[in-house]
Amino acid sequence: MRIACPLCGERDSREFSYKGAALALGYPSEEAGFEAWDDYLHKRDNPAGPTRELWYHGSGCTAWLVVTRNTMTHEILSVELAEDAPESAQENTQGANA
Amino acid sequence: MRFSALRVLKEGLTGNKGWTPHWRDPAPKPEYDAIIIGGGGHGLSTAYYLAKNHGMTNIAVLEKGYIGGGNVGRNTTIVRANYGLEGNSQFYSHSLKLWEGLEQDLNYNAMMSQRGIINLFHSDGQRDAAARRANMMISQGDDAELLDKHTVRKLLPNLNHDNIRFPIYGGLYHKRGGTARHDAVAWGFARGADQRGVDLIQNCEVTGIDIENGVVKGVQTTRGAIKAKKVGMVVAGRSGQVAAMAGMRLPVESHVLQAFVTEGLKPCVDHVVTFGMGHMYMSQSDKGGLVFGGDLDFYASYAQRGNLPTKEHVMEAAMCLMPQIGKARVLRSWGGIMDMSPDGSFIMDKTQVDGLFVNTGWCYGGFKAVPASGYCMAHLMATGQPHEVAARHRLDRFETGRGLMDEEASGSQHNLH
Ligand SMILES: Cc1cc2nc3c(=O)[nH]c(=O)nc-3n(C[C@H](O)[C@H](O)[C@H](O)COP(=O)(O)OP(=O)(O)OC[C@H]3O[C@@H](n4cnc5c(N)ncnc54)[C@H](O)[C@@H]3O)c2cc1C
Ligand SMILES: [Zn+2]
Repeated sequence: MRIACPLCGERDSREFSYKGAALALGYPSEEAGFEAWDDYLHKRDNPAGPTRELWYHGSGCTAWLVVTRNTMTHEILSVELAEDAPESAQENTQGANA
Repeated sequence: MRFSALRVLKEGLTGNKGWTPHWRDPAPKPEYDAIIIGGGGHGLSTAYYLAKNHGMTNIAVLEKGYIGGGNVGRNTTIVRANYGLEGNSQFYSHSLKLWEGLEQDLNYNAMMSQRGIINLFHSDGQRDAAARRANMMISQGDDAELLDKHTVRKLLPNLNHDNIRFPIYGGLYHKRGGTARHDAVAWGFARGADQRGVDLIQNCEVTGIDIENGVVKGVQTTRGAIKAKKVGMVVAGRSGQVAAMAGMRLPVESHVLQAFVTEGLKPCVDHVVTFGMGHMYMSQSDKGGLVFGGDLDFYASYAQRGNLPTKEHVMEAAMCLMPQIGKARVLRSWGGIMDMSPDGSFIMDKTQVDGLFVNTGWCYGGFKAVPASGYCMAHLMATGQPHEVAARHRLDRFETGRGLMDEEASGSQHNLH
């Protein structure tokens, strides 16, 4: 698995670490109840297919990236800088379960 | 058919013509009292104990592939009861006791081998931690012994005891731990369930769960609709997809875990050895292959195969622990889909849908749990109440923060276990 960092180019996956579903781009409001926080912290769509996730280029430029990747094949579909990525914290893969 | 030495002898003398299939291949009936989705170790043991302990025999196990084709046939087969936290401690202790009587109970040779597990340590601090764990194991009623470095050297002469970075200071010895033949465990439970009337239906993928007014009515499958008043979701790595059919999101992320086996060698490692500092562990199979593995690849995956960085890491750790392993050729490597929960402990509970139950979150340690998981899941499905040794494994513990079971004390968050 190689990841094309928008700043550094295509690099070995060893340079990156995985954070998890890209829903961590946003977070619930302070007033939101337990359920909203549980949804955010623990519950996952966990799709078998394309998924949007956060990776950190720790051994490179140290940017946070939003990587769209297929969990069935490990194919990387797109990579963007987290700071440019839409903060729509929802995983945009509903219905993509294979 | 009952298996016995006499039977083997008789068949041997008469051309092995009397053996029959171990289970039937029935077509699904339109309705059952209970349906179990998933024919892995946990689904099969659930069916077995539903029939055996609770007299429920009008039940079916629906498996999308073949019996034993999931993680139950892809793991490194380690069985142990060395968990420390209230809840896990009782559960795995119960499971080990069931393992000890399993072959007699199932009349099936599961090649249960209580060869002992040795967790190595390499510093004074680690020795203290091992002593603490040993005390927890003893107080839960299981066995544990602290070995000094001379004893470990005698028991495991082929390791590198004097590695400069990780000299072996001693080991935590759990004598009743060991391995069992994973396929045979699945087959033994399958046969036992079938003999008690359970229908094992293979090539039958569940594609929908029928719910009316908050009550489960049955499932949709690739072999037609099947009605049932009770449905258990026991699909390990595929829990996310099956729960989604009931409109649920689970606190589970599926990750890939890899393992490796070398060509057959003369006996050289008699125990299960864990090298925690290298995230690596090893045992030798009865065919002589060294079976070893390491950590997760640490990204979500359903590919049932991992990538090279983890392979390299595990090989490096193996070389560090036992340099002569470098002479052995690796025959196979493979990966399985692990249902990772945020606190690293499993989930067994009712759901908000009446009659629908969930069994998931086994992380990389669900093989040792196969007997107790089925035992407790059957209790839950039959009586509607959790079994006492699995009562803490609630689905809502993440939302409330009450009763988390984080064995590694690394935090109740995804991707930390
Ligand atoms: C490399 C590796 C090493 C491991 N080592 C150990 C170890 O040493 N000790 C230990 O205790 N544990 C170990 N484990 C973990 C253990 O294998 C799993 O936790 C355990 O097998 C999971 O439970 P199961 O057997 O029921 O899962 P599975 O065998 O995966 O069963 C789930 C079944 O559900 C079926 N299914 C899925 N979706 C559907 C559907 N929609 N309809 C119908 N059927 C469906 C699947 O086909 C599958 O057969 C290891 C795992 C791996 C991958
Ligand atoms: Zn970069």
